[in-house]
Amino acid sequence: MIKIVDSKLITGAVKDLFIKANTCLRPDILSALKSARKNETRPKARYALEVIIKNALIAKKKKLAICQDTGMAVVYLKIGQSLAVKGDLKKAVSNGVALAYKESYFRNSIVNDPLIRKNTNTNLPPIIYTDIVPGNKINIKVVAKGFGCENVSKIRMFRPTDPVSSIEEFIVDTVKDAGSRPCPPIYIGIGIGGTLDKAVALSREAIFRPLGRHNKDKHVAELERSVLKKVNNLKIGPAGIRGKTTALGVSILTYPTHIAGLPVAVNISCHATRTQEATI
Amino acid sequence: MRKIFLPLTKDIIKSLKQGEMVLLSGLVLTARDAAHKRLFDALKSGKKFPVSLKGETIYYTGPTPNRNGEVIGSCGPTTSSRMDPFTPLLLKHGLVGMIGKGERSKKVSLAIKKYGAVYFITIGGAGAYLSEKVKTAEVIAYKDLGPEAIYRLTVEDFPAIAEVL
Repeated sequence: MIKIVDSKLITGAVKDLFIKANTCLRPDILSALKSARKNETRPKARYALEVIIKNALIAKKKKLAICQDTGMAVVYLKIGQSLAVKGDLKKAVSNGVALAYKESYFRNSIVNDPLIRKNTNTNLPPIIYTDIVPGNKINIKVVAKGFGCENVSKIRMFRPTDPVSSIEEFIVDTVKDAGSRPCPPIYIGIGIGGTLDKAVALSREAIFRPLGRHNKDKHVAELERSVLKKVNNLKIGPAGIRGKTTALGVSILTYPTHIAGLPVAVNISCHATRTQEATI
Repeated sequence: MRKIFLPLTKDIIKSLKQGEMVLLSGLVLTARDAAHKRLFDALKSGKKFPVSLKGETIYYTGPTPNRNGEVIGSCGPTTSSRMDPFTPLLLKHGLVGMIGKGERSKKVSLAIKKYGAVYFITIGGAGAYLSEKVKTAEVIAYKDLGPEAIYRLTVEDFPAIAEVL
């Protein structure tokens, strides 16, 4: 049966999701930070984690942004094919973003043109991806992506015959080069397979997975564990001041690919990984 | 943790050890990408300069707007290496301290040593926590840049680690 959803509902949901994402640290991340604090032995590393944990608690209590870089708004819509939207869907999403950033005093970080660079003062436009799925519901996922970690993310097109060890090396080198710039401890989202764009899309989707869970494919889960171990052996540590915790987790998603290719995208996400989702 | 009072003097900088954690109190300026570019262009072309850099410490941040009754919004450090192309000239014009996150280029590290300056790092992504260390905030130049304007901040017990000196 066709369900009709008023676009105003979508505006409200998008607004709430961005406010929550920017002020309430994900519970899986908060608990991983607490475990990391117990695990660290260097006083400086413990201090950095202490500050990061306190920061999350202050942000939640004061409804203040976890990080001043409240990000570029990215919205993923999975729209049921038996659902009709009353009004303009994309405008509804944009309005939700604008309201969240205005009402919560988040930073407007978007420039109108990448070369002319004039702030739009609304944090608009967002980036909106849509997908059509069975059913009559709409699933909304949001990311407020800060650019400290965005700027150090990478993609490489491997040869199909390259060994898995070379992929691991690429990921570890990417984290090493990033150093303390992406605000470690980080969450690493990795996309393997598909095309250039698909690999990046997978690496984005990967960070929605709660920390502590692994890919259902055994060989991929093993790769996740191995990469995490190697990355933490870099000893970049919390806030880059050296320690055991450089990454809180590694999440890999894969997709079938071409006989001639093996794309690998590494999406680095800071300890303030800000994602939320809701279904209407 | 040792308390350091700003402005930084040559003696204070000499007394710092690499990796030392300190608490900074006093006046700092804020500036990030767009303000750096403007400052740099003004210095290069000999145009009117909105602030004196002599003895100053710049904190690389672009805060969220302050809500009613609050001094400032969230204000953690941004990535310092993006300011690297502009930093040596700013040091030449009297800048002595910088606070940010992440590594600096070799060229900047050498310039920091040459001018007897210091680069501190603070905790990236801790903007809400660090906002509580800011006691006053006022836009003093480039207001049109919004979050990238130059602010004058008074900080108190602001945590920092001497990274390059």
